[in-house]
Amino acid sequence: MPDLDAGKYAAFVWPAYGITLAIFVGMIAASVAFSGRWRRRVEELKAAEAQKGGEEEAGARQ
Amino acid sequence: MIPAPAFLSNPERFMAFSRWAAPLFGLIALVLALAGLWLGFSAPEDYQQGATVRVMFIHVPAAWMSMFVYACLGVASFLALIFRHALADAAAQAAAPLGAAFTALALITGSLWGRPMWGTWWVWDARLTSVLVLFLFYVAYMALRGAMDDEAKAARACAILALVGVVNLPVVHWSVTWWNTLHQGETVFAKGGPKLSAVYLTPLLLMGLAYMAAFGSLWLVRIRGEVWRRRAEAALSRLARA
Repeated sequence: MPDLDAGKYAAFVWPAYGITLAIFVGMIAASVAFSGRWRRRVEELKAAEAQKGGEEEAGARQ
Repeated sequence: MIPAPAFLSNPERFMAFSRWAAPLFGLIALVLALAGLWLGFSAPEDYQQGATVRVMFIHVPAAWMSMFVYACLGVASFLALIFRHALADAAAQAAAPLGAAFTALALITGSLWGRPMWGTWWVWDARLTSVLVLFLFYVAYMALRGAMDDEAKAARACAILALVGVVNLPVVHWSVTWWNTLHQGETVFAKGGPKLSAVYLTPLLLMGLAYMAAFGSLWLVRIRGEVWRRRAEAALSRLARA
């Protein structure tokens, strides 16, 4: 069974694990947010391009 | 079978591959980390280091990753510089913040391990100093990237900077052999095999693989973000021209 008692070294062991967890959470959150932000931006711009293309086509027909 | 880099050099194929590979690597990382932590905390306390030996399971893999990620950054930068490959440049750019985070983690957890064992938070010995230099290379890479608006010029300048920093990798690795350091000498990759008991070596290797899989997952996610960012900028310039 795991032994979670760090005894007199608890003040060093647990902050090390806490900082590791915080850095991993930060890396995951930042990476997913970065990727998601630009994916949504591409979708917005593609929609804008399609709309502009449609307007130009309609203008050319008139 | 893992697709060859040539297969992934096509952005469309890369996006299709990374879409399922990124979450899969993330899941593998989670399972390996849980197994590594379970075994790590089930191992007996070290007769000299006591419970601080448990810091090894998070510190040593972070130190391995700090060098491995820089090697990936170096290879991607080399490919970007020689072949002017946009995806290689995106891979280099995506690796830098992850490498910086792993290096910071190695430095911080090392300091928290060093204080009770060495009696000091920091010492300017060869290993610690060369890892700090590695961290500064990551920071310099990101600062240079952020300072230049021209994507092509930034890619070239950053690739050269990254390749200069590769020289530091053997210094980091062999610093404990070349100089007398307070830091422990080679243990896992020592000549004649690991100088570590299996009760510590097994969870350490599991954690190392977990960190590697986590990096693989996050690297893919960030490269995907970089590809989308470049597509967004291309779409913006098309809209501006139209």
